[in-house]
This record gives sequence, C-alpha cells and structure tokens, in this order.
Amino acid sequence: MDYQPPPFFSRGPAPLVRLGFFVSLAVLLMVLDARFRYAESIREVVALLAYPLQRAALAPGELLGATADFFTTQVALKQENDQLKAKDLVAASDLLTLQALRAENSQLRGLLEARERVPRRSTLAEILYQGRDPFSRKVIIDKGGRQGIEPGQAVIDATGVIGQVTRVHPLLAEVTLITDKEQRTPVEVVRNGLRAVIYGGGDKGTLDLSYTATNADVQADDLLVTSGIDGVYPPGLPVAKVAKIERNAATSFATITCIPVAGTDQNRQVLVLSREAGLPPPPAEAAPSASIAPKQKRPKKRE
Amino acid sequence: MAYFEQPQRILLPVSVGYMALTVVLALLFNLMPWHDLVGVPDMVALVVACWCVHQPRRMGIGIAWFVGLLMDAGNGALLGQHAFAYAFLAFGAITLHRRILWFSQWRQAAHVLVLLLLTQVLMLGVRLAAGGVFPGPMYFAGSLTAAALWPTVTFLLLLPQRRPESVDENRPL
Repeated sequence: MDYQPPPFFSRGPAPLVRLGFFVSLAVLLMVLDARFRYAESIREVVALLAYPLQRAALAPGELLGATADFFTTQVALKQENDQLKAKDLVAASDLLTLQALRAENSQLRGLLEARERVPRRSTLAEILYQGRDPFSRKVIIDKGGRQGIEPGQAVIDATGVIGQVTRVHPLLAEVTLITDKEQRTPVEVVRNGLRAVIYGGGDKGTLDLSYTATNADVQADDLLVTSGIDGVYPPGLPVAKVAKIERNAATSFATITCIPVAGTDQNRQVLVLSREAGLPPPPAEAAPSASIAPKQKRPKKRE
Repeated sequence: MAYFEQPQRILLPVSVGYMALTVVLALLFNLMPWHDLVGVPDMVALVVACWCVHQPRRMGIGIAWFVGLLMDAGNGALLGQHAFAYAFLAFGAITLHRRILWFSQWRQAAHVLVLLLLTQVLMLGVRLAAGGVFPGPMYFAGSLTAAALWPTVTFLLLLPQRRPESVDENRPL
C-alpha cells in the first residue's frame, strides 16, 4: 500500500508550481491587454473593486485642502476677487467681439452652404490623481460612463488641450495627457495653417512635431492649435508652442520640440468635450485616425 | 552557539484580519496622489514581502498576484504587470524566508532590497517589451526607501503578535 501523509502536512501545490500558474495567468492578461484589448471587461471588474480604495486614498488630501480653504484669509479672497473682476472685464470685451464674429461667421458659412458647427456638450470634471505608473502620463478624473463620458473625448483646461479620454470606468475615467509617449494630436500651425501630427515626448513633459520636412515653414514660438479634421478635437484649441527646432541636413525630418500650452501637470478642474455629432463614420479599411487609437504602434523613427 | 544574530521572540498566532488590514492600508498608501515625487516606496510590495517572510503559509503567491491586479487597475498600468512582478516577489520571499530570518533587521533589509529591485526590473522589462521608454534611474529609488523602511514595517506588522515580557496582573496589555 502506498503511504499518504496525514492531511495536516499538506500545503497544496509546490511554490514553483503556483508561481508558474500565476505568472502564466499574468502574462496572458498582459498580452490580452497590450495586443488585443480583450482584457477591458476584466479590468472594469477589478477597477470597480479598487474604486472604494481609490476614493479612500484621496480622503486625507481632500481633508487637507478643505482645511486650507477654511483658513483662507480675507485679504487673499479680496485679491483674487479683484483679479477675477479685471479678467472678467477683458473677457467681456472679447465676448462682445466674439458675438459679432460668430454672427458674421454664420452668415459667411450660410453663404458657403457649409454645415453649421454644432455646439458641443461639455462636462466639468476634476482630476483625482495622477496614475502611479512612471511609464505613461495619465490622470484619473472623477466622471465616468455614468456621467456620459466616452472614450476618445477631448479634455481641455482654461488654456488649451490637455489630453484625451482613453478608458472609461463606470464612475471614473482615465485621461491620457498629450505628453504621453503613445498619444498623438492632429495640429496645425496658426501662422500658416500647416497641418501636422504632434507626438507626446513622454517623461520630459514636452511634445515632438515629428515627420515634418526639414524645410517646412515652422518657426520658434509658433502656436500650434488643433486642426479639427479628425472630428475628435474641436478646431482651434491651443495645444503647444514651438520651443526648439533642429534642422539637420542628414535626416529628412526636422526635430521640433514643443511645450504644451495647457497646464498638463497643474490644473485640477478640466472640461471633457463630447464628440461632434453627425460626422460620417470613417471608412472601414482606412487606418484609424491618429488620435482615436492612441495605442496604435508608432512607426519606427528614422535616426 | 548563537544561531540567530539577535534574540528571537516567541510570537502569538497571527490574526488573518490584521494581515488583510495591513494589505488594504498598503494599497491605500500606494493609491494616494503622489504626483511625480521621487522615491515613494511601493508599500504593497514591502508588506507582501514582509508577510511572505513571516507568514509564508497565510500569505502566498496567489494573494500577491491578486493585490498586484488591483494595483494595475487602480493605476491604469498594463493589466497584469504588477500581478506578474508581485508573484515573483512572493515566490522569492517564500523561498528565502528561512534564510532571511537568521539575519539582523538591516541585513534582512538588504535581502529584501534585492527582491524589490528584481520586482522593479521585471516590471521595467515588461513595460519595455510593451513599447515603453526607460523612466530614468530614479525609478529604482523607491526600492531603496522601501528597504530602509523594512525594520519599521516589520516591527509594526508583528506588533499585535507580541506578548508582554513580564506578565503583570494589574497592567491591561
């Protein structure tokens, strides 16, 4: 008869077996997530489990902020009020011209029989925290699928574009900043209307205007705004300012470094803009537009 | 002959509830908004390693894997990245647990530092394979602070298991 050890000595499978099992499970998940994006439903479930923890982790910081707010001095409030009034005055004059321009624009568009631009719905959201992932630049905002946030929507602050919604959970959403290495934004140069695609620079917090010909008409301090031809971003939102241009005759493309206009790392309140309604769906065979598929593989850069 | 570098305490049995509480607190610590602060320790990895060394029958590779999955979902990282690395961390800590306990606290910390660095190297490898860029050598600073916290964390985690050195009827604890 073969001998069986008593059950109280049994410790289940050997650690190496367990390690093998869980590691292969993790590898499977990673491959599904990185290559095929099948893991979204699993992620949603796990994210729902993590949600109470996320909210609880923010509580100390929020408490601190609330306490600081409570002790704001009257002098500070008065100063802020004066500043806001001055700003309001400037904005009011801009607004008046804007209304005149809008009327004129609609008239001209009517003449051209161009389609009227539909005003976009926007949702105010607050940045909860920055993901603790040193490899990507993402922030988590406090509005999710329940509040009508959809993947692909543009996210702006008071000064310009900060990023795009890339993943939506029921109560939270993940925004990839324009400075993320995997993020591209279609832009045009305000000065001459030159269209280009801007790439996130990753950890440096800058942006690269890649694949622009060496002799392209781009100058330092040029303002880049969204071109709007993708149907994702509304046209004319400031994105970046050209900081440095290196033209090297050995390469066919210039190296153009830009600095984001919006405070990608500073603000707490952001506006999520809904996608423009009524655009025809993109043709099926064509490569998806750059900013709709931020995870798409970036072609190898020519050195 | 002194086998241990320091006297060992005879501890009370561990409470599973306390273990779970510490892991949840470590998760809270990791999910707090740290922004771009350099050298924030990966508290979850540290707590998991500590329990794997001290309670290898209660804490195991499976729990470490699941906690890693929560970290991935909470941070928007590649799903499975932390789970993968934490499974290796737990395996390393469980394999080494008999050896580590022979050493003094700071030498234990040196062992754990190696484990934590290997965990980070694994995560780095995974992200580089998935098309990421190297975030700079300061990425590894978190492991150094975590290892420096090892004696404190061990003390706190084992605190409820201690018994009084001299029993006194009039003292509550």
